[in-house]
Amino acid sequence: MPLSFSKVSDGHYLLDVTGYVCPHPQLYTKKTLEKMHSGDELELVFDNPSSAESISAMCTREGNPILDKQAQEGKFIFKIKKG
Amino acid sequence: MEIAIPQKNRIWVLVIVGFFALISIGTYAIHEYYIYLSAYLWFGFIYGMCLQYGRFCFASAFRDLFAVGVPRMVVGIMIATLLFSITSSLVASTGWSTFHAAPWSVHAIIAGLIFGIGMVFAGGCASGSLYKAGEGNGVSMLVILSISVTQSSFVDLGGWFNNLVPKSWAESALTKSMPSSIKVSDGWVDQYLAGYVWDQPVITFAKLLGLEDTSLVGAFVGNTFLGVFLPAICLLAIVYTLWSRQRFTLDFEASEGHKPGLADHVRGYWEMIVSSKRTAIAGLFLGIACGLQMFVIEGLRMKFGVKNAGTLLQRLGHDFGISAKGTVFDPGYWYVTTQEAQWVGWVAQKLGWNNMDNIYFGWVNGIPNPAINPADWMSVALIGGAAVMALSNGEFKWKAPTKELAFWALLGGAFMGIGSRLALGCNVGAFFVRTANGDVSGWSFGLGMVGGAYVGVKIFNWYTERQMAKEMANLDFDL
Repeated sequence: MPLSFSKVSDGHYLLDVTGYVCPHPQLYTKKTLEKMHSGDELELVFDNPSSAESISAMCTREGNPILDKQAQEGKFIFKIKKG
Repeated sequence: MEIAIPQKNRIWVLVIVGFFALISIGTYAIHEYYIYLSAYLWFGFIYGMCLQYGRFCFASAFRDLFAVGVPRMVVGIMIATLLFSITSSLVASTGWSTFHAAPWSVHAIIAGLIFGIGMVFAGGCASGSLYKAGEGNGVSMLVILSISVTQSSFVDLGGWFNNLVPKSWAESALTKSMPSSIKVSDGWVDQYLAGYVWDQPVITFAKLLGLEDTSLVGAFVGNTFLGVFLPAICLLAIVYTLWSRQRFTLDFEASEGHKPGLADHVRGYWEMIVSSKRTAIAGLFLGIACGLQMFVIEGLRMKFGVKNAGTLLQRLGHDFGISAKGTVFDPGYWYVTTQEAQWVGWVAQKLGWNNMDNIYFGWVNGIPNPAINPADWMSVALIGGAAVMALSNGEFKWKAPTKELAFWALLGGAFMGIGSRLALGCNVGAFFVRTANGDVSGWSFGLGMVGGAYVGVKIFNWYTERQMAKEMANLDFDL
Protein backbone atom coordinates (compact mmCIF):
# COMPACT_ATOMS: atom_id res chain seq x y z
CA MET A 1 0.00 0.00 0.00
CA PRO A 2 1.49 3.35 -1.03
CA LEU A 3 1.95 6.34 1.22
CA SER A 4 -1.36 8.18 1.78
CA PHE A 5 -1.83 11.65 3.20
CA SER A 6 -5.17 13.46 3.27
CA LYS A 7 -7.10 16.26 4.95
CA VAL A 8 -10.04 14.94 6.98
CA SER A 9 -11.41 18.34 8.05
CA ASP A 10 -10.03 21.74 9.03
CA GLY A 11 -7.01 21.14 11.25
CA HIS A 12 -7.38 17.34 11.03
CA TYR A 13 -5.15 15.24 8.80
CA LEU A 14 -4.66 11.53 8.14
CA LEU A 15 -1.32 9.91 7.36
CA ASP A 16 -1.44 6.22 6.46
CA VAL A 17 1.92 4.49 6.19
CA THR A 18 0.59 0.95 6.56
CA GLY A 19 2.99 -1.57 5.05
CA TYR A 20 6.04 0.63 5.48
CA VAL A 21 9.01 -0.46 7.58
CA CYS A 22 11.62 1.60 9.43
CA PRO A 23 12.55 4.33 8.95
CA HIS A 24 9.67 5.38 6.65
CA PRO A 25 6.86 5.73 9.27
CA GLN A 26 8.88 7.91 11.66
CA LEU A 27 10.38 10.01 8.85
CA TYR A 28 7.02 10.66 7.17
CA THR A 29 5.46 11.46 10.54
CA LYS A 30 8.22 13.91 11.38
CA LYS A 31 8.00 15.65 8.01
CA THR A 32 4.21 15.86 8.19
CA LEU A 33 4.20 17.30 11.71
CA GLU A 34 6.81 19.86 10.67
CA LYS A 35 4.47 21.11 7.95
CA MET A 36 1.34 21.27 10.15
CA HIS A 37 0.25 24.27 12.25
CA SER A 38 0.24 24.38 16.03
CA GLY A 39 -2.99 22.87 17.38
CA ASP A 40 -3.62 20.73 14.27
CA GLU A 41 -4.24 17.03 14.81
CA LEU A 42 -2.81 14.12 12.88
CA GLU A 43 -4.24 10.62 12.79
CA LEU A 44 -1.35 8.30 12.03
CA VAL A 45 -1.92 4.73 10.86
CA PHE A 46 0.99 2.28 10.65
CA ASP A 47 1.78 -1.38 11.22
CA ASN A 48 5.49 -1.45 11.97
CA PRO A 49 5.78 -2.18 15.74
CA SER A 50 9.29 -0.75 16.18
CA SER A 51 8.14 2.59 14.76
CA ALA A 52 5.69 2.91 17.67
CA GLU A 53 8.52 3.34 20.16
CA SER A 54 10.43 5.78 17.97
CA ILE A 55 7.38 7.88 17.10
CA SER A 56 6.32 8.08 20.77
CA ALA A 57 9.81 9.23 21.79
CA MET A 58 10.00 11.66 18.88
CA CYS A 59 6.65 13.27 19.77
CA THR A 60 7.70 13.64 23.42
CA ARG A 61 10.98 15.25 22.39
CA GLU A 62 9.37 17.64 19.91
CA GLY A 63 6.56 18.59 22.31
CA ASN A 64 3.77 17.09 20.19
CA PRO A 65 1.49 15.22 22.64
CA ILE A 66 -0.02 11.89 21.58
CA LEU A 67 -3.71 12.18 22.50
CA ASP A 68 -4.64 8.57 21.85
CA LYS A 69 -2.93 5.29 21.03
CA GLN A 70 -4.76 2.25 19.70
CA ALA A 71 -3.46 -1.08 18.48
CA GLN A 72 -5.28 -4.02 16.96
CA GLU A 73 -3.97 -7.07 15.10
CA GLY A 74 -0.67 -5.47 14.31
CA LYS A 75 -2.06 -2.09 13.22
CA PHE A 76 -1.40 1.07 15.24
CA ILE A 77 -3.44 4.30 15.23
CA PHE A 78 -1.95 7.34 17.00
CA LYS A 79 -3.70 10.70 17.34
CA ILE A 80 -1.02 13.38 17.61
CA LYS A 81 -1.52 17.07 18.35
CA LYS A 82 1.00 19.51 16.89
CA GLY A 83 2.43 21.46 19.82
CA MET B 1 -2.49 1.13 24.86
CA GLU B 2 -4.76 -1.93 25.13
CA ILE B 3 -4.10 -4.64 22.56
CA ALA B 4 -6.56 -7.47 22.00
CA ILE B 5 -4.73 -10.80 21.61
CA PRO B 6 -6.56 -13.23 19.30
CA GLN B 7 -6.93 -16.82 20.54
CA LYS B 8 -5.18 -18.12 17.41
CA ASN B 9 -2.05 -16.24 18.47
CA ARG B 10 -1.85 -18.28 21.69
CA ILE B 11 -2.19 -21.48 19.69
CA TRP B 12 0.64 -20.42 17.36
CA VAL B 13 2.83 -19.60 20.35
CA LEU B 14 2.32 -23.14 21.65
CA VAL B 15 3.00 -24.58 18.19
CA ILE B 16 6.30 -22.69 17.82
CA VAL B 17 7.55 -23.44 21.34
CA GLY B 18 6.41 -27.05 20.98
CA PHE B 19 8.23 -27.38 17.66
CA PHE B 20 11.55 -26.22 19.10
CA ALA B 21 11.07 -28.37 22.21
CA LEU B 22 10.36 -31.37 20.02
CA ILE B 23 13.52 -30.70 17.97
CA SER B 24 15.61 -30.51 21.14
CA ILE B 25 14.13 -33.60 22.78
CA GLY B 26 13.99 -35.63 19.57
CA THR B 27 17.59 -34.95 18.54
CA TYR B 28 18.83 -35.53 22.10
CA ALA B 29 17.13 -38.92 21.98
CA ILE B 30 19.16 -39.70 18.85
CA HIS B 31 22.47 -38.60 20.38
CA GLU B 32 23.54 -36.42 23.30
CA TYR B 33 25.83 -34.38 21.01
CA TYR B 34 22.76 -32.64 19.64
CA ILE B 35 22.39 -30.80 22.94
CA TYR B 36 25.23 -28.62 21.60
CA LEU B 37 22.99 -27.49 18.75
CA SER B 38 20.04 -27.12 21.12
CA ALA B 39 22.10 -24.74 23.27
CA TYR B 40 22.50 -22.50 20.23
CA LEU B 41 18.80 -22.90 19.50
CA TRP B 42 17.52 -21.79 22.89
CA PHE B 43 19.92 -18.86 23.17
CA GLY B 44 18.72 -17.78 19.72
CA PHE B 45 15.15 -18.08 20.97
CA ILE B 46 15.95 -15.83 23.96
CA TYR B 47 17.66 -13.29 21.69
CA GLY B 48 14.61 -13.21 19.43
CA MET B 49 12.26 -12.59 22.35
CA CYS B 50 14.48 -9.83 23.75
CA LEU B 51 14.97 -8.13 20.39
CA GLN B 52 11.24 -8.06 19.60
CA TYR B 53 10.23 -7.00 23.09
CA GLY B 54 12.68 -4.08 23.14
CA ARG B 55 12.33 -3.29 19.39
CA PHE B 56 16.06 -3.81 19.62
CA CYS B 57 17.58 -2.91 16.27
CA PHE B 58 21.12 -1.63 15.94
CA ALA B 59 20.14 0.14 12.72
CA SER B 60 17.66 2.32 14.53
CA ALA B 61 20.24 3.47 17.08
CA PHE B 62 22.00 6.11 15.03
CA ARG B 63 19.48 6.22 12.20
CA ASP B 64 16.67 7.37 14.52
CA LEU B 65 19.08 9.70 16.27
CA PHE B 66 20.08 11.43 13.02
CA ALA B 67 16.67 11.16 11.35
CA VAL B 68 14.20 11.98 14.12
CA GLY B 69 16.35 12.81 17.16
CA VAL B 70 15.38 9.73 19.21
CA PRO B 71 18.20 8.37 21.43
CA ARG B 72 16.40 5.36 23.01
CA MET B 73 18.18 2.69 20.96
CA VAL B 74 21.67 4.12 21.50
CA VAL B 75 20.90 3.90 25.21
CA GLY B 76 19.61 0.33 24.86
CA ILE B 77 22.69 -0.80 22.96
CA MET B 78 25.05 0.77 25.47
CA ILE B 79 23.20 -0.94 28.35
CA ALA B 80 23.35 -4.30 26.57
CA THR B 81 27.01 -3.86 25.65
CA LEU B 82 27.98 -2.95 29.21
CA LEU B 83 26.04 -5.87 30.72
CA PHE B 84 27.47 -8.23 28.11
CA SER B 85 30.94 -6.89 28.85
CA ILE B 86 30.55 -7.58 32.58
CA THR B 87 29.38 -11.15 31.99
CA SER B 88 32.05 -11.63 29.28
CA SER B 89 34.80 -10.46 31.60
CA LEU B 90 33.53 -12.82 34.26
CA VAL B 91 33.63 -15.70 31.78
CA ALA B 92 37.01 -14.59 30.35
CA SER B 93 38.61 -14.44 33.78
CA THR B 94 37.58 -18.06 34.40
CA GLY B 95 39.25 -19.06 31.12
CA TRP B 96 35.95 -20.22 29.59
CA SER B 97 35.53 -17.48 27.00
CA THR B 98 34.92 -18.48 23.38
CA PHE B 99 35.82 -15.01 22.12
CA HIS B 100 38.75 -14.27 19.80
CA ALA B 101 39.62 -10.66 19.03
CA ALA B 102 39.78 -9.63 15.37
CA PRO B 103 42.61 -7.98 13.44
CA TRP B 104 42.42 -4.22 13.66
CA SER B 105 43.00 -1.63 10.93
CA VAL B 106 41.12 0.96 8.90
CA HIS B 107 39.29 -1.87 7.09
CA ALA B 108 36.93 -2.15 10.08
CA ILE B 109 35.88 1.51 9.69
CA ILE B 110 35.35 1.21 5.92
CA ALA B 111 33.37 -2.00 6.38
CA GLY B 112 31.26 -0.35 9.08
CA LEU B 113 30.56 2.57 6.76
CA ILE B 114 29.28 0.29 4.00
CA PHE B 115 27.28 -1.74 6.50
CA GLY B 116 25.82 1.42 8.08
CA ILE B 117 24.53 2.76 4.77
CA GLY B 118 23.01 -0.64 4.02
CA MET B 119 21.20 -0.96 7.34
CA VAL B 120 19.48 2.40 6.84
CA PHE B 121 18.41 1.49 3.29
CA ALA B 122 17.16 -1.94 4.39
CA GLY B 123 15.18 -0.62 7.36
CA GLY B 124 17.00 -2.88 9.79
CA CYS B 125 20.40 -4.34 10.57
CA ALA B 126 21.26 -8.03 10.26
CA SER B 127 19.84 -9.01 13.67
CA GLY B 128 16.96 -6.52 13.40
CA SER B 129 15.91 -8.07 10.11
CA LEU B 130 15.82 -11.51 11.74
CA TYR B 131 13.51 -10.42 14.54
CA LYS B 132 11.31 -8.41 12.19
CA ALA B 133 10.99 -11.50 9.98
CA GLY B 134 9.56 -13.10 13.13
CA GLU B 135 6.92 -10.34 13.17
CA GLY B 136 5.83 -11.51 9.71
CA ASN B 137 7.63 -8.72 7.89
CA GLY B 138 8.22 -9.74 4.26
CA VAL B 139 10.61 -6.84 3.66
CA SER B 140 12.91 -8.16 6.37
CA MET B 141 12.78 -11.63 4.81
CA LEU B 142 13.99 -10.09 1.56
CA VAL B 143 16.77 -8.30 3.45
CA ILE B 144 17.92 -11.63 4.92
CA LEU B 145 17.86 -13.20 1.45
CA SER B 146 19.86 -10.31 0.02
CA ILE B 147 22.48 -10.39 2.81
CA SER B 148 22.80 -14.16 2.42
CA VAL B 149 23.16 -14.25 -1.37
CA THR B 150 25.50 -11.24 -1.46
CA GLN B 151 27.86 -12.69 1.13
CA SER B 152 27.92 -16.14 -0.42
CA SER B 153 28.69 -14.69 -3.85
CA PHE B 154 31.09 -11.98 -2.64
CA VAL B 155 33.41 -14.41 -0.85
CA ASP B 156 33.86 -16.43 -4.06
CA LEU B 157 34.48 -13.53 -6.45
CA GLY B 158 37.47 -14.40 -8.61
CA GLY B 159 38.41 -14.09 -12.28
CA TRP B 160 38.39 -10.43 -13.36
CA PHE B 161 38.07 -9.28 -9.74
CA ASN B 162 41.59 -10.63 -9.08
CA ASN B 163 42.80 -7.60 -11.07
CA LEU B 164 41.57 -5.39 -8.21
CA VAL B 165 43.80 -7.10 -5.66
CA PRO B 166 46.86 -5.02 -4.67
CA LYS B 167 50.14 -6.75 -5.44
CA SER B 168 51.21 -6.69 -1.80
CA TRP B 169 48.06 -8.59 -0.76
CA ALA B 170 48.57 -11.22 -3.47
CA GLU B 171 52.21 -11.73 -2.47
CA SER B 172 51.44 -11.92 1.24
CA ALA B 173 48.53 -14.33 0.68
CA LEU B 174 50.83 -16.75 -1.14
CA THR B 175 53.08 -17.00 1.91
CA LYS B 176 50.25 -18.40 4.06
CA SER B 177 50.19 -22.16 4.45
CA MET B 178 47.05 -23.51 2.83
CA PRO B 179 46.04 -26.97 1.66
CA SER B 180 45.97 -27.59 -2.09
CA SER B 181 42.14 -27.50 -2.09
CA ILE B 182 42.21 -23.77 -1.27
CA LYS B 183 43.10 -21.54 -4.22
CA VAL B 184 44.31 -18.51 -2.32
CA SER B 185 45.53 -16.72 -5.44
CA ASP B 186 42.08 -16.82 -7.03
CA GLY B 187 39.55 -14.67 -5.20
CA TRP B 188 39.37 -11.05 -4.08
CA VAL B 189 38.18 -11.88 -0.57
CA ASP B 190 40.70 -14.71 -0.21
CA GLN B 191 43.59 -12.34 -0.89
CA TYR B 192 42.01 -9.60 1.22
CA LEU B 193 41.84 -12.00 4.16
CA ALA B 194 45.13 -13.88 3.81
CA GLY B 195 47.11 -11.01 2.27
CA TYR B 196 45.87 -8.08 4.34
CA VAL B 197 43.50 -8.72 7.27
CA TRP B 198 45.47 -11.57 8.82
CA ASP B 199 48.60 -9.38 8.80
CA GLN B 200 46.98 -6.72 10.99
CA PRO B 201 47.52 -6.54 14.76
CA VAL B 202 44.99 -7.89 17.25
CA ILE B 203 44.43 -5.31 19.98
CA THR B 204 42.27 -5.33 23.10
CA PHE B 205 42.00 -2.63 25.74
CA ALA B 206 43.49 -5.03 28.30
CA LYS B 207 46.56 -5.52 26.11
CA LEU B 208 46.88 -1.74 25.67
CA LEU B 209 47.32 -1.60 29.45
CA GLY B 210 49.84 -4.43 29.32
CA LEU B 211 47.36 -6.88 30.90
CA GLU B 212 46.09 -10.30 29.86
CA ASP B 213 42.49 -10.63 28.60
CA THR B 214 42.07 -13.71 30.78
CA SER B 215 43.18 -12.04 34.01
CA LEU B 216 40.57 -10.60 36.36
CA VAL B 217 42.13 -7.13 36.26
CA GLY B 218 42.70 -7.21 32.50
CA ALA B 219 39.15 -8.30 31.78
CA PHE B 220 37.36 -5.93 34.16
CA VAL B 221 39.65 -2.89 34.26
CA GLY B 222 40.96 -3.08 30.69
CA ASN B 223 38.16 -4.53 28.61
CA THR B 224 35.06 -3.58 30.59
CA PHE B 225 35.91 -0.32 32.39
CA LEU B 226 38.27 1.26 29.85
CA GLY B 227 36.88 -0.48 26.78
CA VAL B 228 33.16 -0.18 27.39
CA PHE B 229 32.10 1.74 30.49
CA LEU B 230 34.06 4.95 29.88
CA PRO B 231 33.35 5.17 26.11
CA ALA B 232 29.66 4.38 26.75
CA ILE B 233 29.35 7.11 29.40
CA CYS B 234 31.04 9.62 27.06
CA LEU B 235 28.95 8.58 24.05
CA LEU B 236 25.71 8.94 26.02
CA ALA B 237 26.87 12.33 27.34
CA ILE B 238 27.35 13.51 23.76
CA VAL B 239 23.93 12.13 22.81
CA TYR B 240 22.32 13.88 25.80
CA THR B 241 24.01 17.19 24.99
CA LEU B 242 23.09 17.18 21.33
CA TRP B 243 19.67 15.53 21.33
CA SER B 244 18.05 15.43 24.79
CA ARG B 245 19.32 18.45 26.74
CA GLN B 246 17.21 21.01 24.90
CA ARG B 247 13.91 19.21 25.65
CA PHE B 248 14.91 18.62 29.27
CA THR B 249 15.86 22.30 29.66
CA LEU B 250 12.54 23.51 28.18
CA ASP B 251 10.48 21.20 30.43
CA PHE B 252 12.58 22.09 33.47
CA GLU B 253 12.24 25.84 32.91
CA ALA B 254 8.49 25.47 32.41
CA SER B 255 8.03 23.60 35.70
CA GLU B 256 10.73 25.20 37.92
CA GLY B 257 10.93 28.72 36.51
CA HIS B 258 14.71 28.81 36.24
CA LYS B 259 17.49 27.24 34.17
CA PRO B 260 18.70 23.77 35.19
CA GLY B 261 22.08 23.42 36.90
CA LEU B 262 24.67 20.67 36.51
CA ALA B 263 22.95 18.40 39.05
CA ASP B 264 19.67 18.82 37.16
CA HIS B 265 21.36 17.86 33.90
CA VAL B 266 22.79 14.75 35.56
CA ARG B 267 19.18 13.88 36.45
CA GLY B 268 18.16 14.62 32.85
CA TYR B 269 20.96 12.34 31.64
CA TRP B 270 19.61 9.55 33.84
CA GLU B 271 16.04 10.20 32.69
CA MET B 272 17.22 9.76 29.10
CA ILE B 273 18.73 6.39 30.02
CA VAL B 274 15.56 5.05 31.66
CA SER B 275 13.09 6.74 29.29
CA SER B 276 12.42 3.59 27.27
CA LYS B 277 11.92 0.79 29.77
CA ARG B 278 11.26 -1.84 27.09
CA THR B 279 14.57 -1.17 25.37
CA ALA B 280 16.49 -0.98 28.65
CA ILE B 281 15.00 -4.27 29.92
CA ALA B 282 15.75 -5.98 26.60
CA GLY B 283 19.32 -4.68 26.75
CA LEU B 284 19.68 -6.01 30.29
CA PHE B 285 18.53 -9.54 29.40
CA LEU B 286 20.46 -9.59 26.10
CA GLY B 287 23.68 -8.62 27.84
CA ILE B 288 23.34 -11.37 30.43
CA ALA B 289 22.25 -14.04 27.92
CA CYS B 290 25.16 -13.26 25.57
CA GLY B 291 27.73 -13.81 28.29
CA LEU B 292 25.95 -16.91 29.51
CA GLN B 293 26.01 -18.43 26.02
CA MET B 294 29.82 -18.25 25.95
CA PHE B 295 29.93 -20.04 29.28
CA VAL B 296 27.50 -22.78 28.24
CA ILE B 297 29.06 -23.45 24.82
CA GLU B 298 32.57 -23.65 26.24
CA GLY B 299 31.27 -25.98 28.96
CA LEU B 300 29.76 -28.28 26.35
CA ARG B 301 33.00 -28.24 24.35
CA MET B 302 34.87 -29.36 27.45
CA LYS B 303 32.25 -32.02 28.22
CA PHE B 304 32.49 -33.50 24.71
CA GLY B 305 36.26 -32.94 24.39
CA VAL B 306 36.06 -30.82 21.24
CA LYS B 307 37.19 -27.38 20.12
CA ASN B 308 34.66 -26.97 17.34
CA ALA B 309 31.26 -28.35 16.30
CA GLY B 310 32.83 -29.74 13.13
CA THR B 311 34.26 -32.59 15.19
CA LEU B 312 30.84 -33.36 16.67
CA LEU B 313 29.19 -33.34 13.23
CA GLN B 314 31.84 -35.71 11.88
CA ARG B 315 31.36 -38.04 14.87
CA LEU B 316 27.64 -38.00 14.08
CA GLY B 317 28.38 -38.97 10.48
CA HIS B 318 27.70 -35.58 8.90
CA ASP B 319 30.81 -35.18 6.75
CA PHE B 320 29.50 -32.91 4.02
CA GLY B 321 30.50 -29.25 4.10
CA ILE B 322 33.19 -29.55 6.77
CA SER B 323 36.13 -27.21 6.11
CA ALA B 324 39.59 -28.44 5.12
CA LYS B 325 40.76 -28.12 8.72
CA GLY B 326 37.77 -30.05 10.03
CA THR B 327 35.76 -27.11 11.33
CA VAL B 328 32.41 -25.46 10.75
CA PHE B 329 31.28 -22.01 11.81
CA ASP B 330 30.90 -22.30 15.58
CA PRO B 331 31.44 -18.89 17.19
CA GLY B 332 30.31 -19.87 20.68
CA TYR B 333 28.42 -16.60 21.00
CA TRP B 334 25.72 -14.59 19.26
CA TYR B 335 26.44 -14.11 15.58
CA VAL B 336 24.23 -13.48 12.58
CA THR B 337 25.72 -13.15 9.12
CA THR B 338 28.06 -16.09 8.50
CA GLN B 339 25.31 -18.68 8.95
CA GLU B 340 23.27 -16.66 6.44
CA ALA B 341 26.12 -16.92 3.91
CA GLN B 342 26.46 -20.62 4.70
CA TRP B 343 22.94 -21.70 3.86
CA VAL B 344 23.13 -20.02 0.44
CA GLY B 345 26.64 -21.44 0.04
CA TRP B 346 25.23 -24.90 0.75
CA VAL B 347 22.45 -24.44 -1.81
CA ALA B 348 24.93 -23.09 -4.38
CA GLN B 349 27.22 -26.09 -3.79
CA LYS B 350 24.28 -28.45 -4.32
CA LEU B 351 23.52 -26.63 -7.58
CA GLY B 352 27.06 -27.27 -8.80
CA TRP B 353 28.95 -24.10 -7.71
CA ASN B 354 32.29 -25.12 -6.24
CA ASN B 355 32.70 -22.62 -3.41
CA MET B 356 34.75 -24.84 -1.10
CA ASP B 357 37.98 -23.67 -2.75
CA ASN B 358 37.85 -20.28 -1.03
CA ILE B 359 39.14 -19.46 2.45
CA TYR B 360 35.82 -18.34 3.90
CA PHE B 361 33.92 -21.56 3.25
CA GLY B 362 36.63 -24.08 2.39
CA TRP B 363 39.21 -23.29 5.08
CA VAL B 364 37.33 -21.63 7.96
CA ASN B 365 33.55 -21.97 8.14
CA GLY B 366 32.46 -24.84 5.90
CA ILE B 367 28.99 -25.16 4.45
CA PRO B 368 27.26 -27.85 6.51
CA ASN B 369 23.66 -28.77 5.81
CA PRO B 370 21.59 -25.93 7.34
CA ALA B 371 19.50 -28.56 9.15
CA ILE B 372 22.52 -29.47 11.31
CA ASN B 373 24.35 -26.13 11.34
CA PRO B 374 24.55 -24.89 14.99
CA ALA B 375 24.54 -21.20 14.05
CA ASP B 376 21.60 -21.72 11.69
CA TRP B 377 19.68 -23.28 14.59
CA MET B 378 20.36 -20.08 16.53
CA SER B 379 19.08 -17.80 13.74
CA VAL B 380 15.98 -19.86 13.00
CA ALA B 381 15.17 -19.95 16.72
CA LEU B 382 15.77 -16.20 16.92
CA ILE B 383 13.05 -15.70 14.31
CA GLY B 384 10.85 -18.12 16.27
CA GLY B 385 11.46 -16.33 19.58
CA ALA B 386 10.59 -12.99 17.98
CA ALA B 387 7.43 -14.53 16.49
CA VAL B 388 6.41 -15.86 19.91
CA MET B 389 6.86 -12.43 21.49
CA ALA B 390 5.08 -10.64 18.62
CA LEU B 391 2.17 -13.10 18.73
CA SER B 392 1.92 -12.79 22.51
CA ASN B 393 1.71 -9.00 22.22
CA GLY B 394 -0.70 -8.97 19.29
CA GLU B 395 1.93 -7.46 17.01
CA PHE B 396 2.38 -10.28 14.51
CA LYS B 397 1.22 -9.42 11.03
CA TRP B 398 2.12 -10.84 7.64
CA LYS B 399 3.31 -8.02 5.44
CA ALA B 400 4.17 -8.56 1.79
CA PRO B 401 6.82 -6.17 0.47
CA THR B 402 5.84 -3.54 -2.07
CA LYS B 403 8.10 -2.98 -5.09
CA GLU B 404 9.41 0.21 -3.50
CA LEU B 405 10.36 -1.49 -0.23
CA ALA B 406 11.67 -4.60 -2.01
CA PHE B 407 14.11 -2.38 -3.89
CA TRP B 408 15.42 -0.82 -0.68
CA ALA B 409 15.55 -4.23 1.02
CA LEU B 410 17.63 -5.82 -1.72
CA LEU B 411 19.93 -2.82 -2.05
CA GLY B 412 20.42 -2.44 1.70
CA GLY B 413 20.91 -6.17 2.15
CA ALA B 414 23.63 -6.18 -0.52
CA PHE B 415 25.48 -3.32 1.19
CA MET B 416 25.24 -5.13 4.54
CA GLY B 417 26.40 -8.40 2.98
CA ILE B 418 29.55 -6.79 1.57
CA GLY B 419 30.18 -4.75 4.74
CA SER B 420 29.86 -7.76 7.00
CA ARG B 421 32.31 -9.85 4.98
CA LEU B 422 34.86 -7.04 4.92
CA ALA B 423 34.49 -6.63 8.69
CA LEU B 424 34.28 -10.38 9.39
CA GLY B 425 30.93 -9.76 11.06
CA CYS B 426 27.92 -7.51 11.26
CA ASN B 427 26.53 -5.15 13.89
CA VAL B 428 26.45 -8.11 16.29
CA GLY B 429 29.63 -10.05 15.43
CA ALA B 430 31.81 -7.08 14.46
CA PHE B 431 30.48 -4.44 16.83
CA PHE B 432 28.44 -5.70 19.77
CA VAL B 433 30.41 -8.84 20.62
CA ARG B 434 33.84 -7.35 19.92
CA THR B 435 33.17 -4.11 21.79
CA ALA B 436 31.83 -5.96 24.81
CA ASN B 437 34.97 -8.11 24.87
CA GLY B 438 37.36 -5.16 24.76
CA ASP B 439 38.34 -5.60 21.12
CA VAL B 440 39.42 -2.23 19.69
CA SER B 441 38.19 -3.22 16.22
CA GLY B 442 34.62 -3.29 17.62
CA TRP B 443 34.58 0.46 18.21
CA SER B 444 36.27 0.99 14.82
CA PHE B 445 33.44 -0.85 13.08
CA GLY B 446 30.98 1.12 15.23
CA LEU B 447 32.56 4.40 14.15
CA GLY B 448 32.16 3.45 10.50
CA MET B 449 28.61 2.26 11.16
CA VAL B 450 27.69 5.65 12.67
CA GLY B 451 29.15 7.40 9.62
CA GLY B 452 27.26 5.06 7.34
CA ALA B 453 24.02 5.69 9.21
CA TYR B 454 24.55 9.45 8.79
CA VAL B 455 25.11 9.10 5.03
CA GLY B 456 22.15 6.72 4.73
CA VAL B 457 19.85 9.09 6.59
CA LYS B 458 20.90 12.00 4.36
CA ILE B 459 19.99 9.96 1.28
CA PHE B 460 16.74 8.75 2.84
CA ASN B 461 15.77 12.27 3.91
CA TRP B 462 16.15 13.42 0.32
CA TYR B 463 14.11 10.46 -0.93
CA THR B 464 11.24 10.78 1.57
CA GLU B 465 11.08 14.55 1.03
CA ARG B 466 10.47 13.89 -2.66
CA GLN B 467 7.81 11.28 -1.90
CA MET B 468 6.01 13.63 0.52
CA ALA B 469 6.13 16.47 -2.00
CA LYS B 470 4.54 14.23 -4.63
CA GLU B 471 1.83 13.09 -2.19
CA MET B 472 0.99 16.62 -1.07
CA ALA B 473 1.19 18.21 -4.53
CA ASN B 474 -2.20 16.81 -5.52
CA LEU B 475 -4.01 18.01 -2.40
CA ASP B 476 -5.95 21.25 -2.41
CA PHE B 477 -5.18 22.64 0.99
CA ASP B 478 -2.64 24.78 2.71
CA LEU B 479 -0.34 23.25 5.27
